[in-house]
Amino acid sequence: MEVLLGITTSTSTIVVASKAAMRGATILKTSDDKTIILNPHTLMAFSGEAGDTLNFSEYIAANTALYSMRNDAHLSPSATASFIREELARSLRSRKPYNVNLLLGGVDPISKEPGLWWLDYLASSARVPYAAHGYAQYYCLSILDKHHHPSISEDRGLEILRMCTDELQRRLPIDFKGMTVKIVGQEGIREIPWDMSRPIMAA
Amino acid sequence: MARYDRAITVFSPDGHLFQVEYALEAVRKGNAAVGVRGTDTIVLGVEKKSTAKLQDSRSVRKIVNLDQHIALACAGLKADARVLINRARIECQSHRLTVEDPVTVEYITRYIAGLQQKYTQSGGVRPFGLSTLIIGFDPYTGAPSLYQTDPSGTFSAWKANATGRNSNSIREFLEKNYKETSGQETVKLAIRALLEVVESGGKNIEIAVMTRGDGLRQLEEAEIDAIVAEIEAEKAAAEAAKKAPPKET
Repeated sequence: MEVLLGITTSTSTIVVASKAAMRGATILKTSDDKTIILNPHTLMAFSGEAGDTLNFSEYIAANTALYSMRNDAHLSPSATASFIREELARSLRSRKPYNVNLLLGGVDPISKEPGLWWLDYLASSARVPYAAHGYAQYYCLSILDKHHHPSISEDRGLEILRMCTDELQRRLPIDFKGMTVKIVGQEGIREIPWDMSRPIMAA
Repeated sequence: MARYDRAITVFSPDGHLFQVEYALEAVRKGNAAVGVRGTDTIVLGVEKKSTAKLQDSRSVRKIVNLDQHIALACAGLKADARVLINRARIECQSHRLTVEDPVTVEYITRYIAGLQQKYTQSGGVRPFGLSTLIIGFDPYTGAPSLYQTDPSGTFSAWKANATGRNSNSIREFLEKNYKETSGQETVKLAIRALLEVVESGGKNIEIAVMTRGDGLRQLEEAEIDAIVAEIEAEKAAAEAAKKAPPKET
């Protein structure tokens, strides 16, 4: 029951991941960070098979870092998404494919345009205005359908995110121990605290 | 006379590997490179052939990053350098991936030297015509270090060193003038050393400064010119003081 959410706003991309590390129905850790910074303007959130996720993400991070070093320039978020898709497609056709689902959030360093990509273990890649992985899809996409618009401000984006996390708290049968909320903005990546201590009543 | 320089893996009767020695000769003909280690700053400088009028001077870089905290300058065949740098960069990332830690300066130097050694003992290859200066701060202790490698695959640590054309006279200068310096003083010492062999000053010098935590920074031409002017003014002042008759007391 891992939750990944992504919301683009007019200036930034908000990437969110649940903090619980789970094995079966057991919570092993409540401070898990399911995101990895690829370069100063690209952030990736991952979920799926426990070992695969970190292994694959670190492999992607090492390769994007190598690209930056070789070319004296960072890979753009869209190029990064294409690269990740290629790697997933290769993996899918191997003897032991990675079981990893990803959200890639970024701001293009040249056009300054925020972007979000939805990728899954079958190597689908789609550029989307908002996205979710796992059970969050069932609860959040309808809220985002109703309230999201590409021109919303960052503050409005966070308001919509609050609606989503409230709904998740209300509906998900297992506590996911809070959210890591990171924003890829024009000035880089920052994390903001996300309070989820407020009790949410079931409908 | 038998040709002992055909295959690089064959010794001559008096114990020489001629191809390796020719590679060292290629280094001696290459542009000069100098490295100076300070307490909080490490400086790399290279002599730059003046770029053609229509050439984009930024596309020719002789001081490069291997990782966030490691930089390399080299003397010798620039085409060989690209291959070596690429391999070293891959190793830096690969090391991070496997042990979750950045490489130390010593580790990457050992890797590069090892690679260079391989090319003196394998069939069908020729040695790298390269001598490299590698600088960086230790990611754990923060200690600054400067290493040198050469085509034979040996490597050594230095406080300050030079390689390439006229490296002997630069080294002599450094031996005479080296002091444990920091900050701008280290930059100045490196430029003074390079000016020993580079005639026309600022335009033909490339300088990169690495500071603890901030990584590598290439100096702009204007900045180098300013420091060169400062050094020349100091030199002129010293000269004048020498020429002036001793003051009556």
